[in-house]
Amino acid sequence: MFDRRLVANFDWVLLFTVLLLAGVGIVNLYSATASWHSAATPLYLKQLLWLSGGVLIALIICLFDYRHLEHFAIHFYGLSVGMLIYVLLVGKTAMGAARWIDLGFFNVQPGEVIKIAMILLLARIFAKTASPFGYGLFELWKPALWLLLPVVLILKEPDLGTAAMVIFIAVTMLLLAGIKRGTLICLGIIGVLIAVAGWFGLHDYQRARIRTFINPEADPLGSGYHIIQSKIAVGSGGFFGKGFIQGTQSQLSFLPERHTDFAFSVFAEEWGFVGSFTLLFFYLFLVVWGLYIARRAADRFGLFLAVGVTAMIFWHIVVNLGMVIGLLPVVGVPLPLFSYGGTSMVTTMIGVGLLMNVSMRRFMF
Amino acid sequence: MGLDIQWKELPAVQRRFLFYSAAAAVVFFLLLLRLWYLQIINYEVLQERSVRNRTRVLSLDAPRGPIFDRHGVLLVDNRPSFRISVMRQDVENSSLLFEQLAPLLEVDVAELESRWLKGKRLPIYRSVTLAEDVSREIMERVQEHSVDLPGVLTEVRPVRDYLEKGSAAHLVGYLGEITRKELQSGDFSGYRGGDFVGKTALERSFEPYLRGEKGQRLVEVDVQGKLFRQLKLEPARPGNKIYLTIDRDLQRAADEAFADQSGAAVALDVNTGEVLAMVSRPTFNPALFARGIAGDEWAILAKDGRHPLQNKVISGQYPPGSTFKMVVALAALRDGTIGTTKTIDCDGAFEVGGSRYRCWKKDGHGATNLKKALRESCDVWFYSVGLKLGIDKLSAAAKEFGLGSPVGYPLPGERSGTIPSQEWKRRHYNKPWYAGETVIASIGQGFVLATPMQLAVMMAAVANNGKVLKPQVVRQVEDWDGHLLQQTSPEIVRQIDYSPEAWTAVQDGLVAVVNAPHGTGHAAHIDDILVAGKTGTSQVVRRKSDEEEELDEKGEIPYRFRPHALFVAYAPAEKPEIAVVVVVEHGQSGGRAAGPIVKKIIQRYMELKEEKMVKEKG
Repeated sequence: MFDRRLVANFDWVLLFTVLLLAGVGIVNLYSATASWHSAATPLYLKQLLWLSGGVLIALIICLFDYRHLEHFAIHFYGLSVGMLIYVLLVGKTAMGAARWIDLGFFNVQPGEVIKIAMILLLARIFAKTASPFGYGLFELWKPALWLLLPVVLILKEPDLGTAAMVIFIAVTMLLLAGIKRGTLICLGIIGVLIAVAGWFGLHDYQRARIRTFINPEADPLGSGYHIIQSKIAVGSGGFFGKGFIQGTQSQLSFLPERHTDFAFSVFAEEWGFVGSFTLLFFYLFLVVWGLYIARRAADRFGLFLAVGVTAMIFWHIVVNLGMVIGLLPVVGVPLPLFSYGGTSMVTTMIGVGLLMNVSMRRFMF
Repeated sequence: MGLDIQWKELPAVQRRFLFYSAAAAVVFFLLLLRLWYLQIINYEVLQERSVRNRTRVLSLDAPRGPIFDRHGVLLVDNRPSFRISVMRQDVENSSLLFEQLAPLLEVDVAELESRWLKGKRLPIYRSVTLAEDVSREIMERVQEHSVDLPGVLTEVRPVRDYLEKGSAAHLVGYLGEITRKELQSGDFSGYRGGDFVGKTALERSFEPYLRGEKGQRLVEVDVQGKLFRQLKLEPARPGNKIYLTIDRDLQRAADEAFADQSGAAVALDVNTGEVLAMVSRPTFNPALFARGIAGDEWAILAKDGRHPLQNKVISGQYPPGSTFKMVVALAALRDGTIGTTKTIDCDGAFEVGGSRYRCWKKDGHGATNLKKALRESCDVWFYSVGLKLGIDKLSAAAKEFGLGSPVGYPLPGERSGTIPSQEWKRRHYNKPWYAGETVIASIGQGFVLATPMQLAVMMAAVANNGKVLKPQVVRQVEDWDGHLLQQTSPEIVRQIDYSPEAWTAVQDGLVAVVNAPHGTGHAAHIDDILVAGKTGTSQVVRRKSDEEEELDEKGEIPYRFRPHALFVAYAPAEKPEIAVVVVVEHGQSGGRAAGPIVKKIIQRYMELKEEKMVKEKG
């Protein structure tokens, strides 16, 4: 099973890029939590542990051929949906939303697990059914149902950000698989209708977030606070930034969630436009490299798998950055490899492992 | 598997891959544009906001200028006081905060709520005072809990400290929070709501000198409003030093001499017009005002029928009674109405226009000349002389001495008293003047009213042969570098012209009052100092007749109907230095009630002078 070619084809570029981004993330985390005086293990060290664990998981994933996963996709999916249901019934709550399962050493967020499961399942479906002519509306009702079941469950938690992520990933994969023009228009209209209807189904705090996104100054000390403070942090960084551990916004705790969702604001404040530009460049490289892996994949399952994982990473980056620089509403999406959090790190590294797996087996038929 | 390759190699699929990469690049480019907008274009605005975000300006109150007596003895100073306040920006849940704070501060939640509401009128960046002048224990307790009390500050600020308690309180005055009216008036530029300003007397008049300059502390705070570090300190500059003309020790003596009696006393330097002591009784403790007086404390002071807040030396108007007689005598001598030796027969009463005006001595004084008339305060002599002189001449003479109009006391609140004339009565009552009114005006009753300060100026003028002096209370104002900002020098308002014989005759009479047998002012006699003076006992309400006089159970006149006791004096008679006026409200007898106080003040003055001389020699 262990081929010499596997080692020869190992995707060092991908691993290097990932480690670079995660390394910068940990350094940034050190600064973001520098003013915290706590006897417990510092967060940057914990994050380093998560990263090591993540790399280990990614390498383990590389050990077996990803093609075996095609058969188990449906099982993963079933397990994830079961976890989503379980969490709705007896989940740990954070900020009034039920999102975790406590495994003792680790809190599992089914919302994260379902992203991977969804990618695997859709990759399997699209690999089997994609045609040169693209999908018509009636061929799509089955994958649509697979998608909507977990999305509804996630919205029930409620977790708008994760639900949007799952939909974005699915749509990205679908559009690559191909779709008929009429169907596209049809889906577009349905999407708009759902969005309008969804507005009325949103929780008050979610609606408030969207409203304050449109006009954050209306409630500067309330729900607009996050956006305003983050914009101040980013903007006050200027061209060269305030310097490492010199960001006043972050060091003086004006920046909320600065170690998780708003970690990039800390980075942008301290490293300025130069730092932000560099970081964005490497993220873009990661995304383009992911697409490159997909294009070179040995089979259609691998191709869709790689596209799905890349889409997942891409949308997380875009939604998170859009949020912290005030382009998108605050929905609580972490920046992959950068924000503190074991779940996000593990999910991302599973995705990276899958990408490596696909990449190193590109010549194996 | 081959099918896979075929699908992947489709131009449409290849195009989609290209499109995806391009789309990702475009999206990242948009993000970069946004970053450019925030970090480059909007940099200055956001940079400034980030500075404001983390810095707070804490205002440091300036200590008010200290006040010294004439010899540099500290009378009014400042002490550190602890204030608990809260930054409005940092309070999320005020009711929760107050529930935690109330037990620590030992006050009701309602009290905190009301202060909070009051403070909400202030701009957002101003702190709201929750408790003023708390004890050190309370301050330390709050500091211990500061972690749970976001935005709560403990500030140390200077508060007025009155070393002499209520002594000279009427001269110094008191402070109070600046009112909205004052803020809007334009006289208080640079002040802010919540500041304390002088409300009365010296504190008010010398506010520009005393206030000092506020300092600022620029501090960096974290999101909970907790102090992080100090960025800049502009220390407050204390107000200027004011040296008064009063002598702390003489002031104390005068205050103590009153015991619990009501009234006023003032001691003037006969040659300079400097006020050496100034007493208004009962007094109040200005410290109550320094930290913001409570409503009930204020009510007690304001409702007190003995008027503790009034400075009776300048605002209390009393009929001068017999103390006015020296003016009548002088005016009559100048006018030629009577000579120094000519006698008038007093049989105990004087009749004019069908009315009988009684002398205080029922049996009469018999043949009475000017000296005897002054010494024994014979009313009939003055009835007769005053009537001959006429009210208008009498009035003019009195006005020369500073009576009937403000004497120019440098602080606010001075009343002008009343010196009537025919014209005056026509103007105020639209009625003609009656002879009987001249008669009672001649003994300082009827319409005649004067403040103790006016009487002191009059007394000093009689003592120094006609120099009417402007009373002074401030010697000099000095800044902390020792520069003199203001210095007052003696100011002679006018020189009154009388013949030397006239002065001597009246002055001799006044010496006799205190020192001769039968003198009414014997209570002020001091063995080795020649004191000159004049008693006065003035009716408070005009009684219709003796029969209607109300008596209480003990057979005494009720307090409020008892006549005021007055005594005006100067010493030493040979070479006058000090003029003293004492009014004991409802003291019944000028000689018996006011005399001993005058004596104590003059005695103390001489003692202090001697001590000083000994000190200077040694």
